[in-house]
Amino acid sequence: MIAELGLAALWMAAALSLLQLGVPALGLRRDDPAWIAAARPLAVAQGVLVLLAFACLIWVFAITDLSVKLVAENSHPDKPWLYKIAGSWGNHEGSMLLWVTVLAVAGAGIALLERRISGRMVAATLAAQAAIGLGFHAFLLFASNPFTRLDPPAATGAGLNPLLQDPGLAFHPPTLYFGYVGLSVAFAYAVAALALREVGPTFARAMRPWVLGAWVWLTLGITAGSYWAYYELGWGGYWFWDPVENASLMPWLAATALLHSVTVLATRDALRAWTVMLGVVAFSMSMVGTFLVRSGILTSVHAFAVDPRRGGFILALLAIYIGAALILFALRAGTVREGAPFDAVSREGGLVLNNLLLSAILGVVFVGTLYPLAAEALSGTKLSVGPPYFEATAGPLGLLLIGLIGAGPILQWRRDDPTRLARRLALPVLAGVIAALMAVAVWNARGALIVAAFAVAVMAAIASPIPLFRRKLRRTPLHVFGMVLAHLGVAVSLFGMAANAAFTKEALVAVAPGDSFALGDFTATFRGVDPVAGPNWTAIEAAIDVRRGAADPIRLTPQARTYSSPVTETTEASIVTRWDGQLYGVLGQQNEDGRWQVRLWWKPFVTLIWVGGCLIALGGIIALGGRLWRERRRHDR
Amino acid sequence: MSRRLALWIPLGLFVAFLVVVGFGLRRPPQTVLASRLVGKPLPEFDLPGRIDGHDGLKTADFRTGRPVLLNVFASWCVPCAIEAPQLAALKARGVTIHAIAIRDRGEDIAEFLARYGDPFARIGFDDRSRVQLALGSSGVPESFVIDGKGIIRHQHIGEIRPDQVDALVAKVEAAR
Repeated sequence: MIAELGLAALWMAAALSLLQLGVPALGLRRDDPAWIAAARPLAVAQGVLVLLAFACLIWVFAITDLSVKLVAENSHPDKPWLYKIAGSWGNHEGSMLLWVTVLAVAGAGIALLERRISGRMVAATLAAQAAIGLGFHAFLLFASNPFTRLDPPAATGAGLNPLLQDPGLAFHPPTLYFGYVGLSVAFAYAVAALALREVGPTFARAMRPWVLGAWVWLTLGITAGSYWAYYELGWGGYWFWDPVENASLMPWLAATALLHSVTVLATRDALRAWTVMLGVVAFSMSMVGTFLVRSGILTSVHAFAVDPRRGGFILALLAIYIGAALILFALRAGTVREGAPFDAVSREGGLVLNNLLLSAILGVVFVGTLYPLAAEALSGTKLSVGPPYFEATAGPLGLLLIGLIGAGPILQWRRDDPTRLARRLALPVLAGVIAALMAVAVWNARGALIVAAFAVAVMAAIASPIPLFRRKLRRTPLHVFGMVLAHLGVAVSLFGMAANAAFTKEALVAVAPGDSFALGDFTATFRGVDPVAGPNWTAIEAAIDVRRGAADPIRLTPQARTYSSPVTETTEASIVTRWDGQLYGVLGQQNEDGRWQVRLWWKPFVTLIWVGGCLIALGGIIALGGRLWRERRRHDR
Repeated sequence: MSRRLALWIPLGLFVAFLVVVGFGLRRPPQTVLASRLVGKPLPEFDLPGRIDGHDGLKTADFRTGRPVLLNVFASWCVPCAIEAPQLAALKARGVTIHAIAIRDRGEDIAEFLARYGDPFARIGFDDRSRVQLALGSSGVPESFVIDGKGIIRHQHIGEIRPDQVDALVAKVEAAR
């Protein structure tokens, strides 16, 4: 019954989204206030129905209803409770329903909360949102129905990939989806503003919280995904430039650019067409990301749910939405007036430079990700683009961008004096130069990019709080603190990457119990292996004692695990965090002579990469809270 | 006017993107990789022998007019030990098998052959994987069917399993 209820709710929601598209659109054409006003209740009703369908899906997973095909294929009665629930979106159909749910709930949120922009703008935005929702409803109902029944019911579930039985991964996809859908709202606003010719500061202020919120989720999603790959995959790397990782990085880059340009539009009424364009691009990148992940068109370590038919469906949706938005842009952007003028050396100028650099990085990542496909289409050659390309192109551009992070926020709007800027940046630049010299002379760092990264990280870290100097802190708006914190987070993260790249120590040894080996300043002793068992796995666990100087030994216990359902072997890395870095141990195979292969890394300051990511997100949250609070106060007056 | 035209550029780029991925979707998913070296002559090499009763191996040894199987293996490779009975079966069915030992010592190979059987005619030692790489082989074990003119006819990646022996014999027959 529950599954049928969910399916019925989904069909009704699809019908409502058709109305939510058609009624306000006709109302806007005929200038009929009643039809325009109908958009809000329709959006709320659709949100409630989709939420009901999603609750039904969680319910059938929670009780492990094996007569539902999706549950039988992806769950198991013995699975821990949390992963039963998470399993509902840990598969293609469920994750698409989650996408539609977030989309519809966001639409209901706009309908209930949006009071700053005109009723016409709200109606047009909700209609645009319904257009997106309609496509995904069709996708769900015709190509990936999550509520299909099995007759007779399965005897037991086929389990969930043990690699996915991990709290980080349970919440990784929803986090990214919140980000993607937030960008779809920004897209809907942009399309509505173009259609109604209302591209201006009001539109920008209405769109900004959605962009900021989406960006926070994407930042968290990428940070969590990176840490998950680091500790779960057992390679000791945190970013692989894998197509699926790039698919989440590209919307983030576009959203970051949009976040900065929307502020220019909101504050100074400049960069109008550009901001609208970025709104379209940011959502395009989310769709492209979803498409790349779901179609399996690119070879990736993340390959899952590979089905060309589904890929074709998403591609068709992409073509319709983005194609239509770009045609609208080409027709209408020419009629958007030029915004307010500004000098090259000004806050606006700095933000334009920021946008150009971010767009350039987005461009090289996009080209690098799709180049193998294009090369095969054009000349038939098969090739792959690896980390060296991305590091050589995105690396220097990123460093340049972060190097300028200190300058942007202390520039004045409209016009500024270059010598004043130079005076205020003298100290951070000096600190950066000293950091570079120390990295080379004292710590023996090698490689121009790595040394430059140290310099830029220190420079940005010292420059980022400058906007708070000589201000009354109690009267400084919250979003300024948020910005400072986010910029500081970028510097912290970069420092972690540079330290990890420059000073990581690695040992790969074959050892018998009692053997010792050296790793940098550390001495490691292999104590032996023991069998251990968990709820649905058994493992061989190694004990390695690692000692630095006279300090107490640190015990590492990496495992080689075997899960029972389905039978899968995984390596569980053992990670111990110290203030100045992490020890990372992996247990490999046993050699024929009885010795075990052990891999051990010392990664100095590697945790700063994710600490920085969290600081960036926290900065975003503070800025979002501050903005919303200010808007509310302004509205109340 | 030029600004008007420039506004269509994003749409143009997007259409180019659609064309590329549309092509990618229509491409059939690839499950079997065809070796690039099939149909090509063996690379020139001359590897020394290190074991009594087994001469070294050079390209000229293949131009005898009769097809042979070339097995790339090593004493330190576990799957190579697993495929040993299948190689013995192939030899029993009249297939001549030459071998290239990768990064190995003579005494280790002698011990390996004593333990798992010795189906090989000639064994060349490839200490730096040069010939292995030139053959387009990236791991051990791999087996190649070479015809009587020294042309590579088939590449078998991984160990030969019992159910694959018949197919390999057929490949060798076909190379005649």
